[in-house]
Amino acid sequence: MKHKRNVVILGILLLLALTVVCLYLFVPLRGNIAYILRLRTHKVLAITLTGAAIAYATVVFQTITNNRILTPSIIGMDSVYQLFQTIMVFFWGSTTLQFVDQQINFVVTVVLMIGFALVLYQALFRKDGTNLHFLLLMGIVMGTLFGSLTTFLQVIIDPNEYAGLQSRLFASVSRVNANLLILGGGLMIPVMLYGLRYVRALDAIALGRDHAINLGVDYGRVIKRMLVLVAVLMAAATALVGPITFLGLLVANISYHMLDTYRRGPLIAAAIAVSVVFLLGAQLIMERVFVYSTPVSVIVNFIGGVYFLYLVLKERTAW
Amino acid sequence: MVKVRGVSKSFGPKRVLHDVSLDIEKGKVTTLIGPNGAGKSTLLSLMSRLLPKDEGRILIDGREIGQWRSDELARRLAILKQTHNLNIRLTVRELVEFGRFPYTQGRLTREDREMVDQALAYLDLRDIAGKYLDQLSGGQRQRAFIAMVLAQDTQYVLLDEPLNNLDMKHAVQIMRIMRGMADDLGKTVVLVLHDVNFASAYSDHIVALKDGRVAAAGTPDELIRSDVLGEIYEMEIPIETVGGCRVCIYFTGEQAAGL
Repeated sequence: MKHKRNVVILGILLLLALTVVCLYLFVPLRGNIAYILRLRTHKVLAITLTGAAIAYATVVFQTITNNRILTPSIIGMDSVYQLFQTIMVFFWGSTTLQFVDQQINFVVTVVLMIGFALVLYQALFRKDGTNLHFLLLMGIVMGTLFGSLTTFLQVIIDPNEYAGLQSRLFASVSRVNANLLILGGGLMIPVMLYGLRYVRALDAIALGRDHAINLGVDYGRVIKRMLVLVAVLMAAATALVGPITFLGLLVANISYHMLDTYRRGPLIAAAIAVSVVFLLGAQLIMERVFVYSTPVSVIVNFIGGVYFLYLVLKERTAW
Repeated sequence: MVKVRGVSKSFGPKRVLHDVSLDIEKGKVTTLIGPNGAGKSTLLSLMSRLLPKDEGRILIDGREIGQWRSDELARRLAILKQTHNLNIRLTVRELVEFGRFPYTQGRLTREDREMVDQALAYLDLRDIAGKYLDQLSGGQRQRAFIAMVLAQDTQYVLLDEPLNNLDMKHAVQIMRIMRGMADDLGKTVVLVLHDVNFASAYSDHIVALKDGRVAAAGTPDELIRSDVLGEIYEMEIPIETVGGCRVCIYFTGEQAAGL
């Protein structure tokens, strides 16, 4: 009964995602059709990849931290991205962003972000205890530090340069080309598939550390792998389209709401579907309603922010 | 059999266990008692690999605890700590099904479902198996967690303060179940208890800890005595025998709290 309901809802979500994909691809269809379709397919793939990676990483991250209002952005990878882009513009001017090869920028950014996450994890890996709270605290502190550095550089930068930089700091799929897609997909898809091996262990980890160990989960090992997985997915997604802070939080919680299950497998699938609906829907609205006057992240963050407030207020009344 | 030999554990500069050695016999109910901060819960956590020990050896069926694969050990030893706040919403049945996780990794067979049904029946939870944990009373929830541990079907069952926050009726109910698990199912039960009288009435063996050391160990008859307990708890503890059970009448002890 409960199971059946979950299957139906998951089916509807996937269908909805498919519908939005079709809407985006085919409506309206006029002009140079081959060109339009190629362009749109790129964007759809970019959005699907990013949306899936963020949804996946967020559900995993919330499971291992046992907290459903955290997002992986708390470990400060967004701020690494912003700092790096700002430094590039600061030292070499905004024109570098156009001239530097997109792939090289992607690779360097991903390497930097993953490197940052691994350095951060070292504090955790070296000690015998898996002190996640310490990691989160470190992440917040480092994120704030990088954020302040970024702001500092942006304040003293040439205003014209800043305008050029700004377009990099909002999430956007317009700059994603085929080569980037292959790079990003080649990184994200294998990592996501690898993570599926641990989906059952994550079910037990959702009960908390002590219960997970009691049930025979090799807790320390699984947590470390999942943290690396989260870092890779977030880094790749951010480097591909830019920072989208709220998206993960939003879609993970919607999927918890919709599916009446603790199982991470269906929850991840639902979150991915919701994520695609959301991101692609926002892109659709942005392109064909606001005609590019509003960045996607503004739409996503606006809806995400309202939902976040609702969540906080609702949790309060539940206690 | 669980053998603890010369085990020590420190949290930072604070040493919570000093050179602790004890044996847990199979098929018996062993209870750890002692004042707050004596190291009872820490010892239980070490014995169940929830915490790593600093020194010494802990042998479970002859093999050092660190040598066991975690999932293998999960089929032999179960631990239940006292925190029962889950971040996910589960029904009683779903929780108890987790007890089969060490065997199935979440894919239940028909035998597994039977084991779950038996565990639910043993703890009298069949009527509320479909309810969510957050809809239950403290006693029911406690029973649900014990059912999970029971479904895990391990030789050793370790429980950290299973009577916490339970009223008299439910406390007795839980202790009877503990006794039954040892007597009827042949399990080895290790408990941390605060109430000396429950320890006296239901244990085969009692180990008293004080300041991280084993202060005394023995049967209830040997241990529940004014001189032994008086020294451990640093207060006067008169003892009466009521219905064949040694009961501590400590409620109006004059030396308590140094008064």
